[in-house]
Order: sequence, then structure tokens, then C-alpha cells
Amino acid sequence: MATRKTAKKPNVSAEELLGYYRDMLLIRRFEEKAGQLYGMGLIGGFCHLYIGQEAVVVGLEAATKEGDKRITSYRDHGHMLACGMDPNGVMAELTGREGGYSKGKGGSMHMFSKEKHFYGGHGIVGAQVPLGAGLAFSDKYKGNDNVSFAYFGDGAANQGQVYETFNMAALWDLPVIFVIENNQYAMGTAQKRSTSTPDLYTRGEAFGIKGQTVDGMDVLAVKEASEKAVAHCRAGKGPYILEVKTYRYRGHSMSDPAKYRTREEVQKMRSERDPIEHIREMLLTGKHASEDELKAIDKEIKGIVIDSAEFAKASPEPALEELWTDIYAEAN
Amino acid sequence: MATEILMPALSPTMEEGTLAKWLVKEGDTIESGMIIAEIETDKATMEFEAVDEGTMGAILVAEGTEGVKVNAPIAVLLEEGEDASAAVASAPAPATEAPAEAPAAAPKSAPAAPIAPQANLTPDWPEGTEMKTQTVREALRDAMAEEMRSDENVFLMGEEVAEYQGAYKVSQGLLDEFGSKRIIDTPITEHGFAGVATGSAFGGLRPIVEFMTFNFAMQAIDQIINSAAKTLYMSGGQMGAPMVFRGANGAAARVGAQHSQDYAAWYAQIPGLKVAMPYSASDAKGLLKSAIRDPNPVIFLENEILYGRQFEVPVMDDFTVPFGKARIWREGTDVTIVSFGIGMQYALEAADKLAEDGISAEVIDLRTLRPIDYDTVLASVMKTNRCVTVEEGYPVGSIGNHISATIMQKAFDYLDAPVINCAGKDVPMPYAANLEKLALVTTDEVIEAVKQVTYR
Ligand SMILES: Cc1ncc(C[n+]2csc(CCOP(=O)(O)OP(=O)(O)O)c2C)c(N)n1
Ligand SMILES: [Mg+2]
Repeated sequence: MATRKTAKKPNVSAEELLGYYRDMLLIRRFEEKAGQLYGMGLIGGFCHLYIGQEAVVVGLEAATKEGDKRITSYRDHGHMLACGMDPNGVMAELTGREGGYSKGKGGSMHMFSKEKHFYGGHGIVGAQVPLGAGLAFSDKYKGNDNVSFAYFGDGAANQGQVYETFNMAALWDLPVIFVIENNQYAMGTAQKRSTSTPDLYTRGEAFGIKGQTVDGMDVLAVKEASEKAVAHCRAGKGPYILEVKTYRYRGHSMSDPAKYRTREEVQKMRSERDPIEHIREMLLTGKHASEDELKAIDKEIKGIVIDSAEFAKASPEPALEELWTDIYAEAN
Repeated sequence: MATEILMPALSPTMEEGTLAKWLVKEGDTIESGMIIAEIETDKATMEFEAVDEGTMGAILVAEGTEGVKVNAPIAVLLEEGEDASAAVASAPAPATEAPAEAPAAAPKSAPAAPIAPQANLTPDWPEGTEMKTQTVREALRDAMAEEMRSDENVFLMGEEVAEYQGAYKVSQGLLDEFGSKRIIDTPITEHGFAGVATGSAFGGLRPIVEFMTFNFAMQAIDQIINSAAKTLYMSGGQMGAPMVFRGANGAAARVGAQHSQDYAAWYAQIPGLKVAMPYSASDAKGLLKSAIRDPNPVIFLENEILYGRQFEVPVMDDFTVPFGKARIWREGTDVTIVSFGIGMQYALEAADKLAEDGISAEVIDLRTLRPIDYDTVLASVMKTNRCVTVEEGYPVGSIGNHISATIMQKAFDYLDAPVINCAGKDVPMPYAANLEKLALVTTDEVIEAVKQVTYR
């Protein structure tokens, strides 16, 4: 693993660093396990893994407070773990079981947690963007200082509703951070084949929305950018765009022939830019943690993930009556 | 302990595949994420990554082997310190743990009720209630104003709803009373503002979204159906979208194909939505108040031509009309005419003229299309033995088709004639006055249909 220079001395405690390491590792191991369960036929349909992008959501979450809201696409497992949702509930939803967050009725792409202010999990590319602005609208209407995070991909950035939303968010000063997770591909389409201008963070300029780009493989850089964006929104200055440059190691979904990029390209990213290796090294060289301490964390995470898989296998399939529930809410 | 590497399923439908190539050999060090093999299915060649780390202990399936079943062990991975003998001694392949049995037949949605259907005849307001004459437009405005007074989370957004006072003046006066925080002019951006409103409903508000007309809601239909209608189900009941999408629906007059379509049957098809399509002012008011209070997304289909019509509206502190309760406008014995929205105009006119010919028609206004009050329709058809449906929308896959099918299934033995569906013609709306008239359903067509089913 090549060493990277972090521009500034990180302004974070050892404890925080360890926390990020732990959160990112949990996502990585969880996703590896999900891939494994998919291979065993325990998870069906579409399953989009977040491996490689862990620093994005962990860095962004580092600047949040209770009450802040988040919403994303179908590539949502990492976001759920990072905002504190229970790995058991997430994994059991992946296996379509009663113990899942949506009682098995949503699946990998459609999961929610009211308690953690996680508003999904959306399968329609770009649809979460106006929805996320709507969440921000509700907080502004109620007069609190909560901020909403609307995550979307480089492919989604070409949807018309994104720009409709930019306009309204700017017009109404909505406290929403548009997080463009630029992993360079939309399925098999490299960004340069779909996008007339490469810099997605400038896409709000026409609406007067400030944007910046950040290295999404460096959790501290993401955290710093997130803090800046959050401060902007909380101060009532309207929306903010963060284009986070990242990379997905795995296929778009489980069934991806991977013919649109070379093995070398992926390998290079993994060996030179891996976000978890990066923080691991920071911890070790900065003497914030010993090999043994990190090993202990690895072990703890492994246990959590194994437990979640066991839970997801043991949880029964939903009762057949569930077919007919949750279609309409009862008036109270 | 040694771990078995199993043949992976690389797509939702894969059952077996070819192990095309091993990229590692026995004794190699394996890291998690490393590509260890290439697997071929009928659709594609895919790379297979290792999940765990260790040493490749034994390759169990040689490269080039075809028809390898998903989940069959293909190799054994050794942990640090283990030797190859562990591989050989490793446990036999565990069978897939996925529950395989086919689920028992799902419970039926509506078990056949042996009880005869009965119309709910409770009056919408108590006898002797003071009445006032109001247009549909005023009734709709009053409904919104009353609900906004009682719940501060209710707000109205749409094009021209505030300063302009509504493209059709439905929101007249609301900006003055409630201010720009709650009466919000939007840019012309239906897809976007339908999404923003839906997100705000997820966030706990109760938006009323006005579409200038429902023709423009086609740009927003993804948010209405995929986001607003389905989220409660997809979230296992955790969160939904308590909101109303309302506006003019159906043909106005002489505005051509793109501005003249009835979407009743489209939205009535969607589980998770409720759909109302009132005819009278009292129903417009009572149903809209119910819609705003409903914890589900409601499609509220108004009609430009009806906005200016006057009806009697009860003067009550809090007048609401429940969803799923049809209204019998006129009792009769010879035929049942079922309609809703502006179709009621033709139904009622036809019934008047038919009475002159000695044919007694019972006229039912469905009022809501999701839920539909099947019982009132069935009870009536069991009495009259004949039915004609009337609507302005396209004839294929219409509400009338659905009502006919329901009658056929639940009251077949009572029918003395096939049900006839009067609907708009199967053409885009023409502009020319004479052709437009021809494209719409007419009172004469309803009369003709009734004569046919009553064999007169
Ligand atoms: C409206 C819509 N069009 C197409 C699809 C199919 N689709 C699913 S994901 C995807 C690519 C999106 O790429 P990107 O926004 O970059 O997100 P990423 O998968 O890289 O996280 C496509 C085309 C969809 N789900 N919704
Ligand atoms: Mg992408």
C-alpha cells in the first residue's frame, strides 16, 4: 500500500479516528458478508455493494447531530450502518425476513428507519433528490436547525429532477446538502461518456448553489467538507453541493460482467487509495493505536457481522398475512 | 477452521454455471476481495472475488467444468496455520440454507362474503341542517381553509396558487389568510415539486399539492406512485406520505388532446393511493376535508367545467364525507346507472329523460374510486338487474370495465342484460367543436345504452 500524504495534520482525537476506522470496517465486512450470502442464494434480486466508498458516508456522518436526516439511492447499506441502524435488521431485510427493517417487504433497495431519520433506500435513480429537499423543507417549515443529506450518484446527477430541485432548494433556502457520490461509473457508463462537463460540484452554479469537490477516499477530508457544508446549512444559508470523488470496487450490482473497466484499474485503486488502509496507517504511524488494538476491532466487527448473518438466516420469513398489511395507514 | 468456497450465484436467476478459469492455484495466499476465478453463465462471464482470506487449500472443481450448481463447494480455503489435510477433512457441503419450500397459497384479499351487499344509506348530514348555495370552487377553498386553520402542518403548494389566487381561482383568498409560508407558489416544475412535497410529508408535514391540471401531473407520476404511494409498504409501515394531490382533471373545452384527459382509471389502479372524484360542491368539500386528514396519499380529481357549478352545501362546523361511500342521487327500479365526477351530469340528465319514457333509473355517484363502494352498486344491481356505467375517460381499462367485471363475478345471476360502459371515445381529444363533442360521452349515449339493457 502506497503512502499518501494528508495535507494537514488531522485535527481529530485518536478516539474519533478509531471510531471512523471501526465504522468503515463494519461497512466493508458487512458488505462482504452480504455478497457471500447473495452467492449462497440467501439474498435475491438486486444487491448493490458499497465497498470502496466507505469513507464517504462515514466522513459525512461525522458532522451530523440528532435530528439531521438522510436519504439515498439503492446503494444504501453503508448509509444505514453509518447512521447507527442495527446490522441485524439490515441484513435480515436483505434476506427478506420478518426481522428486517421493512419486515422483509422492502429488500436491499428499500429500507427505512424513522428512529434514525433514514428515509430510504430509493430504487428510482434521482428520485431521492427532491425527496431529500422535501425533508429539508419540513425542517425549515418547523423552524428547527436540522440539516438533510440527499446522496446521489454521478449517473443520477444527469436526471432532470435534480436540477428542478436545485432551483427550488436555492429559491427557498432549504437546509439540504446534495452529496454527489462520484464513483466514476453509472452501471457500465464511465462518467466521461455520460457527462458533458466533468465537474459535478459546479452544477449548482446556475442556481447560485455553492459546491466543492472532496477526496472521498480520505475520511478526514470528507469530514472537514461535511462540517463546512453543515455549518452553511445550519446557518440558514441554503443548500450546498459536495461532490465526493470515490470508487466502487465491486460490480454495479451482483450481476455485473465488469467489462467496462480493467482489472488493473480496480486493483490500482484498491492498493493505492483504499480508504480503510489509509486510516489504518494513520492510526499506526501516529501511534494512536497498536496492531493489537486494531486486531481487536477487526475481531469485534467480524463478530457483529457474523451475528447479523446468523440473525438474518434464523429470522423467519414474513407471515403470509403481511402481504396485505401496510398498504394504507389507519387514521388516528 | 477450513472454509469451503461455494459456487456463487451471480445473478438473481442463475442456477448453475461454468467454472471457466481459476486465477489462483493451491497454496496461493488469498486476500479478501481478490479475484480468484471466472464464472460463466449463459449471459456473461463474471469475476469471482474471495470473501475471506487464507491459503488456497484445495481446488475441488477443475476449470472448464460445466453445469456446476450454485452453492456446490468448489474449493477449500485454509486459515493461518492450517495444512492441507484440514481441507480434506473439512465438513461436507452444507445445503443451501435458503428456505426452499414454496409458500402456501397467500390468503385471499377478500373472502367471498355470503352476506348480501347492502348500501350504506346513512345521510351525509343530519336532516334539517341549514344549507347554502355554493360553487364547487368555493367549497374546495373552504375545505382547505378549514383544515389549514385546524392543523398548522397543512400547507398548499403549486403553480399560481398564491399571488395569482389559483389558475382556476380555487385558492382565492388563501394567501391573505395564511401567508406565504403556507400558500406557496412553485416554479413550473411538476416532477420536482411533487418530490419535494412528498419528502416534506415523510418529514411530518401534510402538503396539498395543486396541479394546474392533472395533464401536467404525468411529469410527476413517478413521485406520486413510486415515492408517495409505495413507501408505507416498502418501509413495513414505518413511514408514509399523508398528502393530497389535487387539481382539474378531464376535458375542459376546446383545449385539444394534451390538455383533455381523465386520469381516474390510472390512479384508481394503484394500491397505496386513495382516489376521489367528486361531482357536487358538498362532496367536493366533505371529501377534500377527509382527504387532507387522511394519513395516506390522496389523488383528488376536480373538473374545470364543474368549478363554477352551484350546489347546496350543508352549513356545519365540520362537515366531512367518508371515502368508500357512494351516494344514491336518485332511486329507481329498472336500471342502475353508475358514474362519478362530471359523468354524473350525463347520468342525471339521462335519468330525467328516461323517466319521461317511463324508465326508472337508479343513479349512483361512486364519489371515490379507491376505495370503491362495491356494496351500494351490487345491492342496486341485484334490485334493478341492469347496469350502465358512465365516465369521460378512455374506454380501454376503464372504471366501467372494472365495475362490470365485479358485477359479473358477484351478481352474475341477477343480471338480465350485459352491462354497458359509456365512456369517452378511443381517440386523442380533437380540437374542432363538432369532433370534440363526438369524442366525449353524451347524455344521448347513456339513454341509448339504458334502452339497450332494458330491451326497450
Ligand atoms: C429512473 C431510472 N433509470 C434507470 C434505472 C436503472 N439503473 C439503476 S442504477 C443505474 C446507474 C446509476 O448510477 P449512479 O447514479 O452513478 O449511482 P451508482 O450506482 O454508481 O451508485 C441505473 C441506470 C433506475 N433504477 N431508475
Ligand atoms: Mg456512479
